[in-house]
Amino acid sequence: MTPTISVAGLSRRYGGQAALDNVSLTVERGTVTGLLGRNGAGKTTLLRIITGLEFPTDGELRVFGAPPAENDAVLRRMVFVREEQAYPDFRVGHAITAASWFYPNWDEDLARQLLADFDLPTGRRIKRLSRGMRSAVGIVIGLAARAELTLFDEPYAGLDAVARQLFYDRLLAEVAAHPRTIVLSTHLIDEVADLLEHVVLLDHGRVVLDAPADEIRGTAMTVSGAAIAVEEFVAGRPVWHRKRIASLASAVVPGPLDAAAQARARALHLSLEPLSLQQLLVHASGIAEQEKVSA
Amino acid sequence: MPALDEGTPLFVQIAEQLADDIVDGQLAEGTRVPSTNELAAFYRINPATAAKGINMLVDDGVLEKRRGIGMFVAAGAQEQLRAMRRKQFAEQYVDPMVAEASRLGIDGDTLVSLIRETSLDNGGRTR
Repeated sequence: MTPTISVAGLSRRYGGQAALDNVSLTVERGTVTGLLGRNGAGKTTLLRIITGLEFPTDGELRVFGAPPAENDAVLRRMVFVREEQAYPDFRVGHAITAASWFYPNWDEDLARQLLADFDLPTGRRIKRLSRGMRSAVGIVIGLAARAELTLFDEPYAGLDAVARQLFYDRLLAEVAAHPRTIVLSTHLIDEVADLLEHVVLLDHGRVVLDAPADEIRGTAMTVSGAAIAVEEFVAGRPVWHRKRIASLASAVVPGPLDAAAQARARALHLSLEPLSLQQLLVHASGIAEQEKVSA
Repeated sequence: MPALDEGTPLFVQIAEQLADDIVDGQLAEGTRVPSTNELAAFYRINPATAAKGINMLVDDGVLEKRRGIGMFVAAGAQEQLRAMRRKQFAEQYVDPMVAEASRLGIDGDTLVSLIRETSLDNGGRTR
C-alpha cells in the first residue's frame, strides 16, 4: 500500500541555514503520528513542504503517491491546521462555511457540534476572538473537514488544559469512527503520548528518532539508589545521563532491561523507573547534540 | 480511571487490565467486553493500540470474536488466566517479598508466621 506521506532526502535551506537536513520518513495510512521536537527543530517547515506551501531545496516528496505542490487533486485530500492561522476579516460562521466548500468530506453536523463544544460564537469576527478561540476555530475546521490526511501544527496556542483535553477526546473519537491519517506536531509531548502510534523526533532539522510509540516506551530507564550500587550496575553499559547528590546517584541507561538486569538492580537495592516519552526525547535530543559536537 | 504506567507497552497494559477484570469475575464468561473504540475513549489512547491489546487476549483464547456483535469472554477464560498467573506468582510476588525481608533481616520463620497472621486477619476473605 502506498504510504500517505513519503519523504526521501529532503532538505530546505534558507541562505546558509539548513531548516531541514536530509530528512527521510514515511507516514502510513490510517496512523496517528506525532511530529515532535523543540521550537526551531524544523517541524513547521516540514509540514509546510508536505502541504505544498513551500518547496524543498533538495529531495523527494510524495503525498498520496504524487508531489503535492500546486496539485489540487492532492491538496483537497488534506487539511492543514496551523499555529496562529491568519484568517481574512471573517466572522466565525463565514470561515466555517468557506471551509465547507473546500473540503469534499466536510461534515456539517460535526462542525456544529464542535462549535458548541468549544463555545465558539459564530457571529463574532475572528479578529476579535481570543487566541484560544482562534485556535479552536482551526481545530473545528481540521476535524470537520474529515480529510484523508489531517496535519495539526501546534494547534492549541492559548487553549487551556480543559479545551486541549476536549480536542484530544474529539480527535480520538473521530479517528475511531472515521479512520484517517493524522500528523500532530507538538511540544506538549506527555499530553499526547498515548494518542500516538508512531513518533518522529526532529532536532536541528534532522530526524533523530522514528519509531512506533509502543517500542519507544521503556527504551530507557532511570536507575537510582546508592551511588556505589548505581556505578556497579551501569559499569559496561552506555549511560545517557548521570546525577549525583551526596551518596545517592541516578543514571539514565538505554533499555529494555532483561530479567537478569532487573534482578540485579533489585539485589543492589536500586529503583528502576522508565522514562516518559517527554524525558526520553529530551535525552535523545541531547545525544544527537553530543554526536554532532564529537563528529 | 486506572492509571497507565510509563514503561510497559500500552497495549500490554490494556490486555492486563481486561484480564484482571476477568480473573476477578467482573467480566464474566460469555459477556461482551468493551469495544476497541470504547477502550480508546475511556483510556484516552489510540484505537489501534487498544485493538492490539484486545488481539493479544484473542490470541491467548481468552476473548473470542463474534462476527458483527463484538468481543466476548471465552468459556474457561477465568480458570485459564488464573492458571497462568499462578505460574507467575512466585516470580512476581514471592521473590521480591523474600528479597525485601532479607534486606530487613526478617528470617524465614518470621516471614512465614507474618504471612500466616495476615491470612488469619483477613479471615475468610483470603482465597
